[in-house]
Amino acid sequence: MAPISTLHYLVVAAALFILGVIGVLTRRNVVIVLMSIELILNAVNLNLVAFSRIWGLHGQIFAIFVITDAAAEAAVGLGILIAFFRNKETVNMDEVDLMKW
Amino acid sequence: MAPVATTFFFYFLSALTVLSGVLVITRKNAVHSALALIVSLLGQAALYLMLYAPFVAGVQIILYAGGIMVLFLFVIMLVSIEKAQKEEQFNQQWLVGLAAALALGALFVLVYVKGRALFPDRGILMPEQSNTQQVAVLLYGNYMFTFEIASLLLLVAIIGAVVMAKKRI
Repeated sequence: MAPISTLHYLVVAAALFILGVIGVLTRRNVVIVLMSIELILNAVNLNLVAFSRIWGLHGQIFAIFVITDAAAEAAVGLGILIAFFRNKETVNMDEVDLMKW
Repeated sequence: MAPVATTFFFYFLSALTVLSGVLVITRKNAVHSALALIVSLLGQAALYLMLYAPFVAGVQIILYAGGIMVLFLFVIMLVSIEKAQKEEQFNQQWLVGLAAALALGALFVLVYVKGRALFPDRGILMPEQSNTQQVAVLLYGNYMFTFEIASLLLLVAIIGAVVMAKKRI
């Protein structure tokens, strides 16, 4: 079999990214939408680390910063979700319409 | 240490990662989704190990699979899942989702075909023994300022999460 090149990793990352986008666009549960966002961020991380094998360690540093951002995003997003659930008693995405025009 | 059976492990771990990703976006129960996401993240950590990035793999396991997913599971326990499970799980936007997936897939194929020169197949073997050391030198050297900004971002996120989740401030 062919040796594993960087392109193989990029294809896996692309698959994960597309899965995340589909999840964000089609699911109604806010928790699962947030999980899909985590999938997207992870796909980006996989790309960065795969490129860092060729172009030096900077990609790994950036991946660590992306993980930091993901932690911050998850904390604030889930806080918003709890506040929303307290007001509306639901976790459905399409019932978030307070600021909808 | 020279890698053993790279091809097999790569395909096994990629299949694990992608299939768990599919489970994440298709399961009805949010807890099942979270567990599938944990499997996906662990598979990805193993892929990082195959890419000679043991420090990022460790951070992935500790922070993602350990920290963020616990946060997710806690919130799933706080909001009622029984009620959410009985409702319709998908909205009416599957056509938009499909279109976005196709467009993104076409974009990725285009980029990978056109930009072949950006990722030449020179399989550099980075020394994994000194990886953590090199990452630390970069992190506290070149990226010192960014590192401090990241700590500030985390502080803002902590305060934001508390303000959001608290009933009365």
